[in-house]
Amino acid sequence: MTGQSLHIGFIPLIDAASLIVAVDKGFAKDEGLDVTLVREVSWSNVRDKLNIGLFDAAHLLAPVAIASSLGLGHVKVPIMVPFTLNLNGNAITVSPALHAQMSEHLQGDITDPLATAQALARLVAARRRRGEPALIFGMTFPYSTHNYQLRFWMAAGGVDPDEDVQLVVLPPPFMVGSLTSGLVDGFCVGAPWNAVAVDRGIGRILHFGPDILQSAVEKVLAVRGHWAEERPDTVAALIRAHQKAAEFIEEPGNRDEVSALLARPDRVDADAGIIRTVLEGRLVQAKGASPRASSNFISFAGNGAARPEPTQAAWLYAQMVRWGQAPFSAEALRTAEAVFRPDIYDAALGLTAAPAVTGDAIGAFAGPPFDPGNIAAHLASFEIAHLKG
Amino acid sequence: MGSPQGTRAAMPNESSPKIVIVDESPIRAAILEEGLREAGYIDVQHIHQMHNLLARIYALDPDVILIDLENPSRDVLEQMFQVSRAVRRPVAMFVDQSDSESARASVDAGVSSYIVDGLKKERIKPILDLCISRFNAFSKLQDELERTKSALEDRKIIDRAKGLVMKLKGLTEEEAYVLMRSTAMREKKKIGDIAQSIITAAELLK
Repeated sequence: MTGQSLHIGFIPLIDAASLIVAVDKGFAKDEGLDVTLVREVSWSNVRDKLNIGLFDAAHLLAPVAIASSLGLGHVKVPIMVPFTLNLNGNAITVSPALHAQMSEHLQGDITDPLATAQALARLVAARRRRGEPALIFGMTFPYSTHNYQLRFWMAAGGVDPDEDVQLVVLPPPFMVGSLTSGLVDGFCVGAPWNAVAVDRGIGRILHFGPDILQSAVEKVLAVRGHWAEERPDTVAALIRAHQKAAEFIEEPGNRDEVSALLARPDRVDADAGIIRTVLEGRLVQAKGASPRASSNFISFAGNGAARPEPTQAAWLYAQMVRWGQAPFSAEALRTAEAVFRPDIYDAALGLTAAPAVTGDAIGAFAGPPFDPGNIAAHLASFEIAHLKG
Repeated sequence: MGSPQGTRAAMPNESSPKIVIVDESPIRAAILEEGLREAGYIDVQHIHQMHNLLARIYALDPDVILIDLENPSRDVLEQMFQVSRAVRRPVAMFVDQSDSESARASVDAGVSSYIVDGLKKERIKPILDLCISRFNAFSKLQDELERTKSALEDRKIIDRAKGLVMKLKGLTEEEAYVLMRSTAMREKKKIGDIAQSIITAAELLK
């Protein structure tokens, strides 16, 4: 099995790091894979090209893998996730103007997401009384963790994301420009775009992703289910190559090299210095401030980050139900959970099956612990929801 | 799906759906628009500004949206599938599930199409086919342009190299060219590559 040719699509974001390092450091080649990385401009393109077979594998938003498998919003194509590219990595950034307005309504600590969400609720009410337009927040895709993280955060404070504010989809490279031009008042996006907004002095990071959800699957390595079934050895080789890449990225001694690899114009095309702060989890939240360190800002290999956990898929499906993107059914839940394949991951790496995750794997800042065994009751505990039907 | 939407059925443009082209390339959009008009689709509009794209689309209220795949704003259109207050008419991507060849042809050509719910497949297929052929025609045109440009570039390099050979070896223009051409043939290289090597060598030995 030498030189098997594979095309893998990716979006220029730091969480494509494992894909890039697997190719550029030769880990894929060591596994007998001849991978061509194809840079894409939209998640829709990545999804469609994976679906119709132009890509063998893809850097994909975890919820898109589930939506495709369920046939939500698009054609139904069963997707398999044998490897998680990262946990976390997002942040919520607001314009300095919105930050100032929220601060006026803040009762409590600005680092507490419940306090900021409640401040947003009071601000929304005040703006409505004054007849001012609804605040607009950008996110990257309807089926994205960014969408669900923004919604989870603001709803906890009493803001209805569909009624009280406007959520709009924006391609990540347009986020910073849209905040500058006032087209949006804030956004939730992945790295490096929050750091770029802060660096340009046009945005302030309000919360790191883990402030909202301690452990949230972000991007995955996605393959078509049928394709994977026919090529178990190729899938195993992909897992091994990317596991090596993920471990390489997390080694502190490799950060300069990884930052330089990712910074290149044909890869992420961003400033190596900013990329390094993201990999370190030491981000400046406002221009001129000292950095805030976070041990889990973004994880590639540590804390079992690369192992696809079905409970994460269940949480994402629960968000689709909460916000009216999907009706709830036990069958759909099983389908969603089955997209994530820890068994294939374990087998490829020769690991004995890890014990199933018990208890709350998500660590949300509000609401009861997540229980995939009882999603209906879990969702019923949230005041704001838009269940279908 | 079965019940006709009252307002839609009463629309006068039943024979010619309202088509919006979202494309930052004015030339390609013009080529496509012309093709659509020739085929009898008279209601064609072009959006080239991506700023506030959804609002622009809602203002035009199209039946069919065509967007090029190089456009990052394609993700913005995905929001139209969502049921929300902001979305006036539900939209679907036009994918003929029974025909994966047509989906592939569309992606290969670099175009994607979205339709409002309820519009019949038979009415969209010819629009998409036309779109695919016009997009392909545009890429061919672009390739030709690229080739012409690189041929011009080669020509300039060859002239410069010829000048160097004439000076260094005291040859006529004709002799210098023959020497370069025979060298290229012997080394199985393009004359442009040989010319480039001569220029590089001359600069090194300056």
